[in-house]
Amino acid sequence: MSVVDVREAITRVHHEEWARVVAALARRFGDLDIAEEAAAEAFAAAVGQWPADGVPPNPGGWLTTTAYRKAIDRIRRENKRDDKQKEAQMLYDDDPPEPLGAIDDERLRLIFTCCHPALAIETRVALTLRMVGGLTVPEIARAFLVQETTMGQRITRAKAKIKAARIPYRVPSAEDLPARVSGVLAVLFLVFNEGYLATGPDTDPVRHDLTAEAIRLTRLIRALMPDDGEVAGLLALMLLTEARRTARVSASGELVALDEQDRGAWDAALIAEGHRLVRERLAAGMAPGRYQILAAINAVHTSAPDVRDTDWSQVVALYDQLVRLDPSPIVALNRAIAVAELDGPEVALAAVDRLEDKLAGYHAYHATRADLLRRLGRSQQSRAAYDKAIELAGNTAETAYLTRRRDQLG
Amino acid sequence: MQYLVSVIDDKTNSGTPDEMAAINAFNERVEAEGHWVFAGGLSSPSTATVIDNRGGEAMFTDGPFVESKEYMAGFWVFEAPDLDVALKLAAEGSKACNRKVEVRPFL
Repeated sequence: MSVVDVREAITRVHHEEWARVVAALARRFGDLDIAEEAAAEAFAAAVGQWPADGVPPNPGGWLTTTAYRKAIDRIRRENKRDDKQKEAQMLYDDDPPEPLGAIDDERLRLIFTCCHPALAIETRVALTLRMVGGLTVPEIARAFLVQETTMGQRITRAKAKIKAARIPYRVPSAEDLPARVSGVLAVLFLVFNEGYLATGPDTDPVRHDLTAEAIRLTRLIRALMPDDGEVAGLLALMLLTEARRTARVSASGELVALDEQDRGAWDAALIAEGHRLVRERLAAGMAPGRYQILAAINAVHTSAPDVRDTDWSQVVALYDQLVRLDPSPIVALNRAIAVAELDGPEVALAAVDRLEDKLAGYHAYHATRADLLRRLGRSQQSRAAYDKAIELAGNTAETAYLTRRRDQLG
Repeated sequence: MQYLVSVIDDKTNSGTPDEMAAINAFNERVEAEGHWVFAGGLSSPSTATVIDNRGGEAMFTDGPFVESKEYMAGFWVFEAPDLDVALKLAAEGSKACNRKVEVRPFL
């Protein structure tokens, strides 16, 4: 196996096994900090050993066992320094790590702990991306437009609070479940989005592992809460978005906008499943939450065999409904994009320009402006907006797309 | 595991008869369920004295160590296995005393 193959294998195993290793160790040691550090050390050991020794037949088992040993080593070291350490009993507990069974429950347990309501929402997201998604602190910092050191401190503080306040490591009881789920959904949606449009220049533009993970975990929660409309809505939203994934990046690695995508390349099975969920929610006759509305918007798009068949008035009506629930500037930006199709780019540009105060640091704001200015024939301003969007965009496929559009300006 | 549940208010000893009755009923239930450690109401911060005996001679300063509009007007100490149980008790306590509360774990 070549060095490149081994490196690819390690990357793949990291995507597949990170959360399992962290979850198994957190369960075993009751300490997220130990679990995270030991998991990171185990992966570092893999990077050091696998190129020479080869990839072990059961990489997940190798990593869990290695991480387990690293954790025991750390606990021993700390006990030498301070014999009042609470983990003292672990010294005398040399049981092998739990086998890689019951993993879904372990990961779900990890998710509910990371998404505990005693943590601020931005902390829950950061912690889940780190512990469950396996993203690095710089990747998470980029996703939320904050400094790396700030993000690092946020995660460290969260782990300290979980430990000191004894936030339990378990799936909540049935009566607490509904309240706890909405926080989890917000986190999973953000994980999905990070996968769908990866923020780092050093990662693949679309990280299928993260979108797949977000979908898998959302399916798990739907299995637990089949009657929850927002769980169904989020799952439908993810499926209808994921269905377009392969059409979304060209062979040359460039992002393909919705109106230019080869709709024949969309995944018909995922679309059918997503539409089924949307119809199920419509039939329930209850006021939809934001995920159900977003899913309905995506159902409109995926129902159109050609972009010209899109029912834009329906899309704008759904965005109007969404704005009432979620008056955030990003929703207003997306609504303006739909308005451009219904009422023309001039009306849309006026709406977008009103968002400058809040979105000046967001690449999609400038990319949207650039496109609207281009359609209005204002090339010079469009070019400046593309420049700004390219400067702010981290995703390689998006940068390629924006660069081509800019260079095509007359 | 013990948790301090501080009752946050901008005045002290201000419970209405209805609130006091609700607090008493809540306290009885906390005791019956085995979570009770201690509880009490506190006089206002203006009655506090700060003592600093780090320099060999005790210095007394009139007033609280930090001035704030809202302060700890009373507290419970609960025994609870984890934060979920403590938060549930604190939520019921907040309802009973009709005040905001803050939960902090003991070391």
